[in-house]
This record gives sequence, C-alpha cells and structure tokens, in this order.
Amino acid sequence: MRVIGVGNAWRRDDAAGLEAARRLRGTLGQGAEVLEREGEPAGLIDTWEDADALWLIDAVSSGSPPGTTCRIDVSAEELPAELFRASTHHLGLAEAVELARALGRLPQRVVFYGIEGASFDVGQGLSPEVEAAVAEVAEAVRAEVEQCTSGS
Amino acid sequence: MSPARRRTINTDYLARVEGEGGMTVKIQEGRVADVKLRIYEPPRFFEAFLRGRAFTEAPDITARICGICPVAYQMSSVRAMERICGVEVGGQLRALRRLLYCGEWIESHALHVFMLHAPDFLGYESAVHMARDHPELVAKALELKKTGNEVMTVVGGREVHPVNVRVGGWYRAPRKRELAPLVEKLERAREIALEAVAVTAGLDFPDFDHDYELVCLSEPDEYPIDRGRIVSNRGLDIDVSEYDEHFVEEHVAWSNALHSRVRERGSYLCGPLARFALGYDRLSPLAREAADGAGLSPDERNPFRSIVVRSVELVYAADEALRLIAEYEEPEAPAVDCEPRAGVGHGCTEAPRGILWHRYEIDDEGTIVDARIIPPTSQNQRTIEEDLRGVVERSLDVPDEELTLLCEQAIRNYDPCISCATHFLTLEVERC
Repeated sequence: MRVIGVGNAWRRDDAAGLEAARRLRGTLGQGAEVLEREGEPAGLIDTWEDADALWLIDAVSSGSPPGTTCRIDVSAEELPAELFRASTHHLGLAEAVELARALGRLPQRVVFYGIEGASFDVGQGLSPEVEAAVAEVAEAVRAEVEQCTSGS
Repeated sequence: MSPARRRTINTDYLARVEGEGGMTVKIQEGRVADVKLRIYEPPRFFEAFLRGRAFTEAPDITARICGICPVAYQMSSVRAMERICGVEVGGQLRALRRLLYCGEWIESHALHVFMLHAPDFLGYESAVHMARDHPELVAKALELKKTGNEVMTVVGGREVHPVNVRVGGWYRAPRKRELAPLVEKLERAREIALEAVAVTAGLDFPDFDHDYELVCLSEPDEYPIDRGRIVSNRGLDIDVSEYDEHFVEEHVAWSNALHSRVRERGSYLCGPLARFALGYDRLSPLAREAADGAGLSPDERNPFRSIVVRSVELVYAADEALRLIAEYEEPEAPAVDCEPRAGVGHGCTEAPRGILWHRYEIDDEGTIVDARIIPPTSQNQRTIEEDLRGVVERSLDVPDEELTLLCEQAIRNYDPCISCATHFLTLEVERC
C-alpha cells in the first residue's frame, strides 16, 4: 500500500498534498508507505507501479470554496484534468493517472483525495481553510488504509 | 461563413503548454486584424524576492521558478555570480554542469516531443488519448524522461529541483561508479531518440516558413548549452554582458510579461531551431547523421519542424551525456571558492526552449541588490504572435475548430514555458 502526497512546496496551497503526507508519515502500520512527490508524471508512475493499493492526495482548483475536499475512486472513474486547472505542473497528476491506466501501469485500487486551494501564488504557507482540510483528509486516508490493512 | 457575422471561438485554456496563458486572434473582413498573447502571472515576483538575499542563494531560489527547467535557472544564475566573483568554473566541474543540463534537455524535450506536440500531429486531444492507440510511443517517452530524471538525481541530487548546484561548482561531486549505471540507460535513450527523429520526420507539416532572426549561444567547438557568446544569423556576436545594448524589453498592454526584440530589427527566435541552424556543424556525428537522414538542414525555417529538431537534440543530449561520463575524472574539490565583491554580472545559458538571461548586482558582502531575468518564452513572444498571424492568414477558409487546433499547434512549436512568465492561457479566435 502506498500513500503519495503531491504538490509544489513553493506555491502556497499547492503544498496541501505534501502537508497531508507529512501528517500521515509514521502513523500508518507496516506495509503502508508514505511519499511526497512534486508531480512529475514519469516519476509518479514509477513510484506507484508496484503497489496494490494507492491513495493520492493533491490540491485542486475546481472553483469550489477553499478547503472543500473531494474523494474520487479512481479505480472506477477517470480523474478529471479540470480539477487541476491552476496546477503549475501542466502535465499533472490527472494525466499521470490516465497515462498509467492506458499503459496498464495503475494499481488495482486507487483513491484520490483533493483539497480545494485558495491561493496558488508563489510563496509558502497554507490558507487556514486548507490547513483544516488537510487534517480532515489525512484522517480519512488513515482510516481507509487501516481498514484495508485489517483485511476488510 | 458570412464575413458580416461575428464569431468567437473560445477554448477553455490552452492545454499542453507548461503553465497557463491566453491567446486571441481577431479576423475581420477576411484579414487577420489582431493577434495577442496574454500573460497573467504576477510578473517578476522572483526578481523582487531575490533582492536582499545572499548571492549564494540565487541558484536555489531561481530553480523554483520553473518545474520544467530548474537547471537552466540554476546555471544562468551561477554563471552570473561567478563572473562577479571573477571565477571561471572549468574542467570536470563544468563537465558535470553540462551533464546535468543534458539530463534536463532529455526530460524536457521528451515531454514536449512525445506528450505535448506529437498529439497535435497525430490528431489526438492529448497524450492520454494518444496512449490508448500508441501505448508503445508513450512508454518510450516515459522511459526517456525517466533517464533524464536519473541523470538529474545522480548529478543534481534530486530529480525535480536539483539541490547539489552551488556558486563555484557543487556541494558534492559524484563518484565515477555513481555515473556508471547511467551509461546503459543513456545508450537506450539514444536509441529511442533516434527512433523519435525517424518518426517525427515522417509527420505531415503545415506549409509555413519565415525568415527569422535566429538567436542562440555559440562556442567554438561545442553545441551551445551552458555558455557562449550570443550570436544571430544577422551578424550579432556579443558577450552576454552586452545584451542590453542590443536587445530591449517592452511592456505591452495585454500582457504581464515583457516582450523582447532586437533593438535595430525587431522580433527574433530562440530555441532548438536557432541552435540547430547556427550550431549544426558542432552536433555530434551521430546527431548530425540523424538530422541529415530526417532531411533537416541548417536552412530549416519551418517552425512546425521544430519537433524533428528537438528529437535531434535528444540524440545529441544522450550522446553528449555519454561522452561526458566516459571522460569523467573525479575532481579534487567539488567547488572553487567564490569571494563576493561589489559588482554586476550576467549569465546566459540554453534552456531547452531557448536562451535564459540573468543579470545580478551584488554588494561587497554578497547581498543581491538587483536581479533581472529574461526567460526564453518572453523573448519568443513576438515571434509566436507573428507566426500565428501568418498561419491564420494562410488558413482563413479553415473551419474554426480546425483553425483553433492549428493555432495551438503553432504556439506549441515554441514549447512555451508560460509558467515562467504567465499564469492563464485561453485561446480565442474572433471573426468579425
């Protein structure tokens, strides 16, 4: 099992996925690995290729209020590129996921958690709404991973 | 379509360009009335951010400007700072810089050729759609990119924003045995790149060319990457410190990015087409042979064929990386001492998409007093607009949807890294 937080540490709320991964590090059982990545597609695909189950966490920019979270069962449906419209890495997470799917390099079970960002400007530090949402998403991922570990 | 009817085509945003921005084309009475590239990024944030920081921080700070060409930013900034300190980094320390840069060229060109530009030529909306029909092509692109990443990781310390670069050289020079595993991968990358030249040479290209002023760096015995004088096919041949005397940046109302032009002449083109035209004789024999086989000559002026030129540069970058690794000797020290002194310095290197020019002023304690950065995309902006005008003028009878795609393809000829200079790209074709 693998949890990957994706984001750019220098684009404010774009770092939400990285921050969620930091919160999860060391809190999950054995067999669950937590990683932080900047979203480079070839590197991402390599990172998840051999996992059975994968959780992805990234900031999104879909027009919802900041801090809104979404959960998408990527095993069942496409990860829409429109979510990441303000992404600084243009061939981004959605493309990486869908490329991997087309190439048969996507784990069997993939869940995506998105956190709506307020600011993607250059700089550091999360908006308060995003900070709160990061805690919420980290908790939700922890619960899912635990459930998966216990074999249910 | 009736010329009296006004029509507007608006795609949400121009995908497959690193970063985001916007383009409007207005057609009036069957003529192209206006072409504008709009750019929205809060401009020059990093230049302000650099002021007051230590000169040694410039490579790490500027590397954050772009996720696609961090090495270019690092290399231009360290060159500028070293010139202020009166230090020339040579020998294996410089060879390692060139090697790191080859990694970035491989990564960036692989992304652009296969994932961003090829779908235009093959009629796919995106690389994802293309991957469903041509999985082998996309798998090869990912393999190439991965090799570029690995060069960056071994030499630069990290795959996206290398942390090993410093003013004067490196924090740590890699051991010979650390470079050795790259050889087999780079040989494979070179094979894939040769295939890419053959595949891209066989694509259908719009009939379009233009007599550009081509600008790139030039060194006597090597293909331009990490240093050189600024030259053009109109006789320009200057030191990078003389840039301001020959080029000017202008503000235009519709864009936050500044437009560059040659003072006496106007727009110019930098990037692969310029490097190839002016550096053809300094390519490696294998890359030159690949270019010849693809029917490319230094007279090539069709910007759509830049996809073939990028593929040739992929061959060169893999070939050059292999040469540098074969000749590598571990240096005695990873860096040369750089003592700051008050002064102004310039650095210019060949980012994958063209020359990236930096100018810094520091005080005698090494604090940055002023910083100016001119990315290749803002240098190419006027030329992109002119190409767009030309492309639309030749295709006025083409239906809107097809015309929009053709315009997007023309913009992507430049592999514009709009995140270095902008934020949001929408493409609009207005017919009045």
